[in-house]
Amino acid sequence: MDGHRWFGVDRMKRIVLWPPYVWLLILFLLPFALVFKIALSDMAIAIPPYTPTFDLTDPGSWGATIAAFDFENFQWLLDDALYYTAYLSSLRIAFFSTVLALLIGYPMAYAMARAPVQWRPVLMMLVILPFWSSFLIRIYAWIGILSNEGFLNMVLGWVGIPPLAIINTNTAVYIGLVYAYLPFMILPIYASLDRLDPSLLEAAEDLGCSRAEAFWRITVPLSKAGILAGCFLVFIPVVGEYIVPSLLGGSNTLMIGKVLVEEFFNNRDWPVASAVAVVLLFVLVIPIVLFQRSAERGDSA
Amino acid sequence: MKMSRFNVISLTLGFAFLYLPILILIVYSFNESRLVTVWGGFSTKWYGVLFQDERFLGAAWVTFYVAFISASIATILGTMAAYVLVRGAKFRGRTLFSGMIYAPLVMPEVITGLSLLLLFISIGLDRGGFTIILAHATFSMCYVSVVVSSRLVSFDRSLEEAALDLGATPWQAFRLVTLPIIAPAVAAGWLLGFTLSLDDLVIASFVSGPGATTLPMRIFSEVRLGVSPKINALSAILIGMVALGVIVASLTTKRRAMA
Repeated sequence: MDGHRWFGVDRMKRIVLWPPYVWLLILFLLPFALVFKIALSDMAIAIPPYTPTFDLTDPGSWGATIAAFDFENFQWLLDDALYYTAYLSSLRIAFFSTVLALLIGYPMAYAMARAPVQWRPVLMMLVILPFWSSFLIRIYAWIGILSNEGFLNMVLGWVGIPPLAIINTNTAVYIGLVYAYLPFMILPIYASLDRLDPSLLEAAEDLGCSRAEAFWRITVPLSKAGILAGCFLVFIPVVGEYIVPSLLGGSNTLMIGKVLVEEFFNNRDWPVASAVAVVLLFVLVIPIVLFQRSAERGDSA
Repeated sequence: MKMSRFNVISLTLGFAFLYLPILILIVYSFNESRLVTVWGGFSTKWYGVLFQDERFLGAAWVTFYVAFISASIATILGTMAAYVLVRGAKFRGRTLFSGMIYAPLVMPEVITGLSLLLLFISIGLDRGGFTIILAHATFSMCYVSVVVSSRLVSFDRSLEEAALDLGATPWQAFRLVTLPIIAPAVAAGWLLGFTLSLDDLVIASFVSGPGATTLPMRIFSEVRLGVSPKINALSAILIGMVALGVIVASLTTKRRAMA
């Protein structure tokens, strides 16, 4: 009887498993394999613009197809300074915007955790609300503020400061990135500070710690998990960011997401675009693995 | 608890940074003049212009049906995936499966878009609203699965077991016991999928065809040329809808929590 009961549950689990599993195999894993495959192919002036194309229906041709694969596109990425400059510049921009987001986000999260209890849900909602509204629109808002005849220069004009040329520079990109990703920094830090037991700080102060000392020796170490999670949540997506550099950045703003899209749509060089994607993935594997490890540790703690 | 001056200042400046740009955007949607620097008086003319623009209305319709259908598919598949993962079913390829659930969450959009486009081209699928739905359902189901999983983890399993002991079939136990309990998470997952789909520009640009332009694609192609008051009006409408939705949702959950 009991065995029969669990047999039914297991059968249901097996039936329930298949639709999402097959869906992900076809629409996540298979496309991925395709990117790798095309990254190893050559460009052709046909449609689709790459060769050799894989003919799945003819197993006899597989060997020849695989023999035609080479690492030419990756060699190309190494030879052309544009690509590695773009990777390095993406990593640099992602690093500094993460630091900036931390410098702005930490005091906000800290103040939220210190706010009266009845305010906290409202403050939380105020942080989450921008996340639900369109990313594109929030970046667009900055075009109107930062452009040469924009809101900021108008305000500066009132107080007699000469106009600033911010739009289409890296400064504008930093502003846009920090603005868009700030909630991702605030929320995990707030979550870890909210759990912090205030009696620990009282104990430290009773034992003769100064306020600042107690902050650096107790609050910061105990919110380390939140800081790490926030940094990864900002850093990882910013490396591949496309919208912010293409709307706020200028021609000298190099970010790899933008390079990939231009390579694909403007130059129609699919193999190189795929190789760019493969390398980007390898660049991100390390931070992603570190993030998952720290998330798992955070769960078990 | 009294807040220190430093905390009050950092919250004020922080929220000013988060909300001033949106506020300025909305205010200028009522500007009679086309220029940001010139305040031409209060006017709703850009809203009128927007509603007469057929391309925007068409894009709004595409965006809406894509978001609705993809969020619904994602909710069903994501809930199934969460159930299988949390209820610890053993099967070959479990690691692969959970990897495929978490990977899209951190995958750069440009890679997801590129890889799906390459798939659709290689199997000869006509690109349009249908391919956007497939793409959006794929990444949304991962978000749904994470949201539903967290609810399933905290859920008292003995309730399900009791139903089974009392003679319910597994499907009945799921429908009558599990589903009502995880329903808020399922609803939240659907809303998340819907919003993610409404918001997506990069993946939709890759996988869309000539017939299907979504609202973000339309907005992007206009704003590349600079500020347009028509886009301000559209933004104000979208932001208003989101704000209303979030406020209503939080009020109803609060009331339910108090009841």
